[in-house]
Amino acid sequence: MKYLEEFSDPQLARRLLDQIHATVTRPWALMEVCGGQTHSIIRHGIDQLLPEGIEMIHGPGCPVCVTPLEIIDKALEIAAREDVIFCSFGDMLRVPGSKHDLFRIKSEGSDIRLVYSPLDALKIAKENPQRQVVFFGIGFETTAPANAMTVYQAERLGIENFSLLVSHVLVPPAIAAIMESPSCRVQGFLAAGHVCSVMGTREYPALAERFEVPIVVTGFEPLDILEGIRQAVVQLESGRHEVQNAYRRAVPEDGNPVAKEMLRDVFEVTDRAWRGIGSIPRSGWRLSERYRRFDAERRFAVADIHTDESSVCRSGEVLQGLIKPNECAAFGKQCTPRNPLGATMVSSEGACAAYYQYRRLDLLPAGASR
Amino acid sequence: MCLAVPGKVVHLRDEDDTRMAEVDFGGVRKDVCLQYIPDVELGDYVIVHVGFAIQRLDESSARETLASFENLGYLEEEFGDQLALARRQAGMDEESTAGKGELP
Repeated sequence: MKYLEEFSDPQLARRLLDQIHATVTRPWALMEVCGGQTHSIIRHGIDQLLPEGIEMIHGPGCPVCVTPLEIIDKALEIAAREDVIFCSFGDMLRVPGSKHDLFRIKSEGSDIRLVYSPLDALKIAKENPQRQVVFFGIGFETTAPANAMTVYQAERLGIENFSLLVSHVLVPPAIAAIMESPSCRVQGFLAAGHVCSVMGTREYPALAERFEVPIVVTGFEPLDILEGIRQAVVQLESGRHEVQNAYRRAVPEDGNPVAKEMLRDVFEVTDRAWRGIGSIPRSGWRLSERYRRFDAERRFAVADIHTDESSVCRSGEVLQGLIKPNECAAFGKQCTPRNPLGATMVSSEGACAAYYQYRRLDLLPAGASR
Repeated sequence: MCLAVPGKVVHLRDEDDTRMAEVDFGGVRKDVCLQYIPDVELGDYVIVHVGFAIQRLDESSARETLASFENLGYLEEEFGDQLALARRQAGMDEESTAGKGELP
């Protein structure tokens, strides 16, 4: 595939690493916002190749992980209805709700279907006019255009048995919330490249200025990540705090204007609870008034939900970058991808899953049998 | 699910007045909605997320970035502070060598 191998070239990676080593004179803590970047960093061992003192703090950019428990419980309630075909991306299946997960109720007979794209769910709705088809619309700005287009198409094609259970979240308010936290240690951000492919970079200079923090729009291949880190530490070492774009091949300054127009039409900004983090003002999208009739929460009038979060799981602290996954006592013991206590152990973008998948041997105490 | 991957547009069509494409990801082909990048042509590379092309992959930017990596450090080696470079290569930072004075 185009520009995947090229941006993994080991010789160029060495060159970038040498530059980072030559630049750094003191410790810095950087946060990669996106869970896809976390996985790339852990998978390629990038954090271990950096100069001592350069710490990568893993951010909250795993949409599966931050989807609030209340919405998961609502999804479980809606999916269990006999008149519903519930469609979802695969990684939501094993995310723990208060009592169980979608996988469990699927095995008990609920009609839950995994789809690659929300348009697949719309197709299912078209083919099953006698059933209600609900798509679990979660994700950051990257995913929102797909869900927006699907709702737009549902209206345009008159597919009224389709609805969306929406829980979209936004990156810039999360960056602000992280910087405002009293326990914040982050000194520079690698911003999520594909979020910016959609939204562009214009939301970020105000944040860089307000919090005096460098923000580097960063891609996902090893060289992209190293270049993001390099640009961030060059700024930090010279006392600058600007927005830079280290992912130009996929991020024009304006993002995708067509997609942004659709987002403005279909969604409106709302306060949103983030699992493990808490409520962040104006940090999400819900359907706009014009499309509100496609809102599954409204259509199914889900009753009061009493959520019950695991008392053992520390995924909230992981999502805020306060602890590393392997500092949690349950990590790799009670909590594994097979029996996840928190969403961070489930998702392909969760930090706990990344640590488990790529570093599991590091976790065993010395002398333990493998 | 947040993964977005580049692929090559190999077939274009309209479906229910919606612009669609078949996109090749290194041998795996998927149906992709092109409504957000309406002017894509056959052979273009697009970045695809959950069945939607969200951005065109700009090949000239990609080449420029790779070329800038190739050149990284060369200018500094050529025009930079050679002594600072030598110190760093020797594992000595500025402080540890400061105050020791010039060798006679």
